[in-house]
Amino acid sequence: MIARPFSNLPELVCPAGTPAGLRTAVDAGAHAVYCGFRDETNARNFPGLNFDRAEMREGVAYAHERGVKVLIALNTFMRAGATDTWKRGVDDAVASRADALILADAALVAYAREAYPKQRLHLSVQAAAATPEAIAFYRDRFGVARVVLPRVLTVEEIARLTATAAPCETEVFVFGGLCVMAEGRCMLSSYATGKSPNMTGVCSPPSHVTYREENGAMIASVGGFTVERFERGEPAGYPTLCKGRFQAGGGALHLFEDPVSLNAIDLLPRLADIGVAAFKIEGRQRGRAYVAAVVRAFRRAIDSMAAGGRVDVDELRALTEGQRETVGAYKKAWR
Amino acid sequence: MGQARHSAARRSDARSRKYRKLGSGGFDVVGDKPETPRVTDMPASPMRGYIPTILAKAASILPLLPLELAARRLFANALKARPAFALRLGEHAGRTFAIDPVDCPFVFLIAPEGGRAKLRVVRDLSASAYDARIAAPLVVLLGMIDGTYDGDALFFSRDLVIEGDTAAVLALRNAIENAEFDPSLVLGLPQNVSGPFNRATDMALGRLRRSLDAPEPSGRKAYSP
Amino acid sequence: MTERRPGMNLTLGPVLFNWPVKQWVDFYARVADEAPVDRVCLGEVVCSKRQPFRDEVILETADRLQRGGKEVVYSTLALPTTKREVRAIGEMIDAGFLIEANDIATVHLLNGRHHVVGPFLNIYNEATLALHLKLGATRVCLPPELPLASIRLIAAGNEAVEVFAFGRAPLALSARCYHARAHGVPKDACQFVCERDVDGMDVFTIDGKPFLSVNGVQALGYVVTAATRELSALRAAGVVSLRLSPQSCDMVKVATIFRDLADGHTTQEEATEALSVIALPGPLSDGYLRGLPGARLLDEVD
Repeated sequence: MIARPFSNLPELVCPAGTPAGLRTAVDAGAHAVYCGFRDETNARNFPGLNFDRAEMREGVAYAHERGVKVLIALNTFMRAGATDTWKRGVDDAVASRADALILADAALVAYAREAYPKQRLHLSVQAAAATPEAIAFYRDRFGVARVVLPRVLTVEEIARLTATAAPCETEVFVFGGLCVMAEGRCMLSSYATGKSPNMTGVCSPPSHVTYREENGAMIASVGGFTVERFERGEPAGYPTLCKGRFQAGGGALHLFEDPVSLNAIDLLPRLADIGVAAFKIEGRQRGRAYVAAVVRAFRRAIDSMAAGGRVDVDELRALTEGQRETVGAYKKAWR
Repeated sequence: MGQARHSAARRSDARSRKYRKLGSGGFDVVGDKPETPRVTDMPASPMRGYIPTILAKAASILPLLPLELAARRLFANALKARPAFALRLGEHAGRTFAIDPVDCPFVFLIAPEGGRAKLRVVRDLSASAYDARIAAPLVVLLGMIDGTYDGDALFFSRDLVIEGDTAAVLALRNAIENAEFDPSLVLGLPQNVSGPFNRATDMALGRLRRSLDAPEPSGRKAYSP
Repeated sequence: MTERRPGMNLTLGPVLFNWPVKQWVDFYARVADEAPVDRVCLGEVVCSKRQPFRDEVILETADRLQRGGKEVVYSTLALPTTKREVRAIGEMIDAGFLIEANDIATVHLLNGRHHVVGPFLNIYNEATLALHLKLGATRVCLPPELPLASIRLIAAGNEAVEVFAFGRAPLALSARCYHARAHGVPKDACQFVCERDVDGMDVFTIDGKPFLSVNGVQALGYVVTAATRELSALRAAGVVSLRLSPQSCDMVKVATIFRDLADGHTTQEEATEALSVIALPGPLSDGYLRGLPGARLLDEVD
């Protein structure tokens, strides 16, 4: 497609699951990276991922030396009786010279605003702010500067939200995993495993995932519930509960969502036109090889839009090899 | 666990020998959830990137000791160069991982805990206890270590099989991702030769992957900056 | 409220499912006359397409309930997205109803006015509860996934906390309608297929194990939450109200069981036994309260 030149292009916000991942994303052309501490304060609390305090300071320094911003996510909900863990996370993130904090719990937003009046705050997708009024709640009371929009909105809704949210900016997901439920309001994972995105920062956690072989097929289950059966030779997917195959209404189907991943590269010019401030790539749990390729491709797409050129859609298609992709809810037919 | 026997004979000699024993009841998994059902052996589809059967056959008559000594040295080099590796494994550092090149007549058992990381090479897993197994053709496993492949992508395309403690496997994979192991580092080469050496090794491995029809790299090397 | 019962209030949550209007009206008429609950939440929480049918009868129903001595609360949509949906919430606020906010947008619109909060807002700790009390909330139903250990810390000293005590626990919401998807019809022409399943559509794993239930854009548990065994612990924790979420079973009976238990007329075991003989859409569960997976049944261990 041909995009006309944009004067003020969205920034590319890229995942950094580990210090090496951060350097990879920075070197590949991210405008900003997002990452979290190695504990329950962030929503990608997976084994072996994330940053200790020293790694975070070094990571921020590495990014800043190259003109890249670092957004630190503390986007789970504070555990009762342990709110200090999250507040200390905010303190340490500010001390690490984070360019922005990505927060979800209203009380943590309030704490960060009060303790650090000048710190830039972003509202995590986990806060599920999907209306002008919800955004206004965080903008007017706590001066939130940007809101990451849920992946359940249509482009038309994103346009309306972006217009009404100002001066608060909007950020949208353009690539990677797709949550079909309103983010931050989903307890499917705790229902099956006792651990949830809101409480423990994990969804369908690997500690509760099992694979077993049955007559050549691979059966994947979460918390003892069979989620998918991959026949011999069929591409597999991570057994996320909402992407599983279930029986309902008389048949077996992917009731909530097909095992697809989001690719909104076709929509970049339109989203930029709307005035979206940032494009976000999901995938802090993905490897460096993948992150580098995705970041590079999206950065090239944005640079090409800036020059009034073409967005190369095929380049990214190679990266979803084996996996089907979707523009998700961004088009209304998804519903 | 009896299904192990069905598919065991499908592949090369080396491979069937390794798994026939596995299926015969000696399968012993340690860890905190022994009752968990597990993938017992074969990928449901043929993996890509096998070394030729003749090589595997040849390797099966070689003694294991030299291989074990060499592998130990490489593993020690890697851990020495990346002290944060075991730290990143966290609570999973005490686990025993079976790293299983499915096209070779041996399996590596590694336990990364602490400074005294352990490594053993065994012909098969029938007499060994382990918490998690990661299985793929040798060139694919190497490509995961050096960052050529994305573990998720390999798993999705069924070129990689994991079993056992899924959380430990994920921790190991993330720790490897962060360690940025490269060939010179693992071989313990001095810095001044590492650049050219790594590039040469990269190219050689790339050629090898292509000649063995291994999966395409997961991107990093598919696109030049 | 005609009398102040000591210790523990009972709130009848909104009917989450798409009951035919007649069933809905008859249900509340019976509740008004017979159910020993203190407060009744009315209003469509899940899907705005169902709202017009409810709106026709809601004022009349509210009057009926008030005459029966119940406090009436208007529950708002849990996932409003369109302008029209938000405007409808604003109209109910302006009309002076006591509002149950189920989304942060509603809290914003309330602008400090007294209200109650339903189980759809993310209140996971004492600090967030305090923030909502400051914003005008007088009663807050906590999210169903919270364990007793957290409830204790949140409920201490504020007399504002309600706990989800009976019914299929609401687990997730989406812009997509799963009822329509399962029946192969588009959301915009859904023919209200959700009306067929008065307790939600059961969802099984592909190997036949009961798992979830689906109610339009909402996912709920398959199991039925029952906090009877935890009642004294909840009371000791400072919880002041229990939420009973309507299922198609005899809810007057359910309310009576909880009332008798809360008033000390029956033991926790007797109440649990009494619940278990009612025709329910799934087995009884208290997994979440015990800090286990929400799907765990009463006697199941992890």
